[in-house]
Amino acid sequence: MIQINKLMFYLKVVPLFALALAAFSAGAVIEIAPLSSPELESRYRVLIEELRCPKCQNQNLSDSDSPIAADLREQIRVLLEEGKSDEEVIAYLVDRYGDFVRYRPAVQPSTWLLWFAPLGLAGLAFAGVFLVVRGHQRAKKQAAKLSVEEQRRLNTLLSSSSKPSDKHL
Amino acid sequence: MKNLKLFIPFFIFVVLSVLLLKGLGRDPSALPSALINRPMPAFSLPDLHEPDERVTEEIFKGHVSLLNVWATWCPSCRVEHPFFMELAQEGVRIIGLDYKDQDPLALEWLDKLGNPYAEVFVDRDGALGIDLGVFGAPETYLIDHTGTIRAKHVGVVDEAVWRELGALYRQLVQESGR
Repeated sequence: MIQINKLMFYLKVVPLFALALAAFSAGAVIEIAPLSSPELESRYRVLIEELRCPKCQNQNLSDSDSPIAADLREQIRVLLEEGKSDEEVIAYLVDRYGDFVRYRPAVQPSTWLLWFAPLGLAGLAFAGVFLVVRGHQRAKKQAAKLSVEEQRRLNTLLSSSSKPSDKHL
Repeated sequence: MKNLKLFIPFFIFVVLSVLLLKGLGRDPSALPSALINRPMPAFSLPDLHEPDERVTEEIFKGHVSLLNVWATWCPSCRVEHPFFMELAQEGVRIIGLDYKDQDPLALEWLDKLGNPYAEVFVDRDGALGIDLGVFGAPETYLIDHTGTIRAKHVGVVDEAVWRELGALYRQLVQESGR
């Protein structure tokens, strides 16, 4: 009887535990206390999504468990509570950790290639398609235009083939 | 003309290959420091050996120094420690920043392994670390005699790293002597 009770206990507790784990992994970071206002809290959420953890190669501050990410999240909370704007918070971090921390790089001469190369490449691709298509159309048109001599030859060829001989069949 | 067109994909392939090959040799974790050629951030932190004394950025004025960010929780710091002992013996001025560590552990470490630092101060909550753009330990900064950060190395400083860093160090020492 005791063993069955134990089994029932595990049957209840294990799924609960799994649920709790799932809840924790679903949200990125669970903070101890939310910021003082919902508006700050939502700005904070966006910032830690967009800022990259300098220690980790490809994680934002929100996803990373590294100590430096925790420190930087804390620092961002402090700055936001001090009334700093989003731009000021980003500038604060870029000032110390460089452009690396931005997942949304600033538009500046060093990032023009990054921002505009896709547009340029798409433009080139469209230009290429346009040229190829136009080339084909021109070739077609030229094929359609026959000189007088060619037209005469065509006519004789057509009239001769209109009486099909057994050889060709 | 037509034959040349056929080679376009091949040319693109060659260019891409060269770019990707170059990318292979790069260390993605090597971040350029945002603080190169900027003055050492202002700070006032306790001395490890005399906690009542405060160390400020003034400590970097007048000498070319290395600033070594270390901690007892950092295994790589143990790896590079003997090399810093050698450098100290050669007369290189090394300042230690004990980063997010516990003072007793740090004191014990220096007692046991030797103290290569001309001065050690402690950043218990990592505030100066954030100002410096520290994202782990060890990190080592080269600071010139005006207190300007001139180079940064993330990770263990060993002979291979020192070949380059040391050359810059000697150059800075020469410049400061003039």
